[in-house]
Amino acid sequence: MSTNSKPQVGKKRSRAAETWRRLKKNRNAMIGLSLIIIIIVVALAAPLFIDYETQVINQNIAERLQGPSLKHLFGTDNLGRDIFFRILYGARISLLIGAVSCLICCTTGVALGAIAGFFGGKVDDIIMRCFDILLAIPSTLMAIILVAAFGTSLFNIILAVGIPTLPQYVRIARASVLTIKQQEYVEAARAIGATNFQIIRTHILPNCLAPVLVQATLRVATVIADAAALAFLGLGIPEPTPEWGGMLSAGRAFLRDYPHTVLFPGLAIMITILALNLLGDGLRDALDPKLKK
Amino acid sequence: MKGMAKYILHRLVLLIPVVIGVSFLIFFIVNLAPGNPAQMIAGAEASMEDIQRIEEELGLNKNIFVRYFEFMRDFILHGDLGTSYYSDKAVVTAYFERFPATLRLAASFIIVAVALSLPLGILAAVKQYSIIDRLSSFVALIAVSMPNFWLGILLILLFSEKLGWLPSGGDKYWYSIILPALTIGLQMMALMTRMTRSSMLEVIRQDYVNTARAKGLSEKIVILKHALRNALIPIITSAGSLFVDCVGGSVVTETIFSWPGVGKLLVDSISKRDLPMVIGFVTITTIVITICNLGIDIIYALVDPRIRSQYASGK
Repeated sequence: MSTNSKPQVGKKRSRAAETWRRLKKNRNAMIGLSLIIIIIVVALAAPLFIDYETQVINQNIAERLQGPSLKHLFGTDNLGRDIFFRILYGARISLLIGAVSCLICCTTGVALGAIAGFFGGKVDDIIMRCFDILLAIPSTLMAIILVAAFGTSLFNIILAVGIPTLPQYVRIARASVLTIKQQEYVEAARAIGATNFQIIRTHILPNCLAPVLVQATLRVATVIADAAALAFLGLGIPEPTPEWGGMLSAGRAFLRDYPHTVLFPGLAIMITILALNLLGDGLRDALDPKLKK
Repeated sequence: MKGMAKYILHRLVLLIPVVIGVSFLIFFIVNLAPGNPAQMIAGAEASMEDIQRIEEELGLNKNIFVRYFEFMRDFILHGDLGTSYYSDKAVVTAYFERFPATLRLAASFIIVAVALSLPLGILAAVKQYSIIDRLSSFVALIAVSMPNFWLGILLILLFSEKLGWLPSGGDKYWYSIILPALTIGLQMMALMTRMTRSSMLEVIRQDYVNTARAKGLSEKIVILKHALRNALIPIITSAGSLFVDCVGGSVVTETIFSWPGVGKLLVDSISKRDLPMVIGFVTITTIVITICNLGIDIIYALVDPRIRSQYASGK
């Protein structure tokens, strides 16, 4: 066992380095990564430069619905608040929702999917039937019902947009495992006496890492979009907290004459999701082991 | 094929616990939520007696487990999912009045999305890093990154508010479907192009594809017969789940465009706290969606002989 594990660690490290080397060459992925880093920095640094009380939530009817100008970079909303500042602050909420819900659901989902696919039989049946119940309810619908029922606190929203993504991870992990466990090298590993846990850890999980990772990056994006959609439907974190979807929804009434109230919050959501998608795509290409020379 | 029939029957039987599970879950979530529906119906100025009378009429004063039992009994014996608090219409009737509009929306663009995204995705994978690949990836990325409510609003801004070509909502004219369908369809196409591309890239480097080429087969046959067939499973998965999501009601899109489908009615029912409507709708949606998912699994078996043989061996 112990003689076996050392070269394993070395191999893994070189794989991560190799992935990073390839990722660095991918311009799109680097653009995505840079954008994400910028958004994270902006989200973290926002309170240092912007005063929440006076510049983000303070209403100023005298300056309502102004177009973009030097004073108000993205103009003002129907309550006279600076849209640029609100968008910068809104990044905090969106990123938090995306990261936390993805982290919780990805790990849970993949673990359950791998177990279901690997062991098959009764275990598979029980896990998959439970998730069939969740999967049978459309994700937006489930999120809406959860939030409508339990209220629009931040944690409720994180769970509400996250829980419906669980079955996706389970299905993907399970599907990869089902294909991989039929392969000869898994049979060979079993033949030389590897335990189930070893096989799952060293052969199956690394091999379904690529689809799961790509899925996870995409899911952070959809979770952020879903949370924004909830806010758009009036089920987001309540006013006056700046939330991109909520800002968009508020601006909709003024769409015809003041499109900037809708354009900029939407753009913020799009750029965030775009960055995650670029990185996800890049990761996919970089992780594909079949590209290795 | 006998194994297959057995499998379908098996799955249909398994549908029963799923429906029970979903209705149970939703019944309790909706009923335990704060806010009294009797109060909503009676209005803000109603007296306590009025509220109590309405509660009694609706059976809301009974124990929740008794109510769930009665709900399931009526459903199983009579296919009855209750009556709306507001319109006195049976929930089942109300659902299927709205369902055709939703189905029309879902079907109209899944066809276009598949027809466009398959060739685009294949081309992008075969000519990886070519101009076609970059361009289609770029368009797909933009489309997939747009939140659909924003895309919908931008389409309204351009085609209704500015150009005045298309109605911004409702289902009055035959062309009313164009904007909501575009809102879903563009994103669906983008997602599926990406999925097709990455799935094709996955198989295109496999040994059997090289072997096929080495045998001297034409590139067209290698790609369409040897590679595509093996790449189909993830593509079907994504197309299927997108379709299923639409059939379940594209809540946001239907809300933006006031499309008279099930998604819109559901949002309205939730905001009115029309409990039987919400519970009944989710239950019916579950049945519809589970049948669709079963259809997808059958397609898997038709496409992939390895999966088919699993059924044949009775797994």
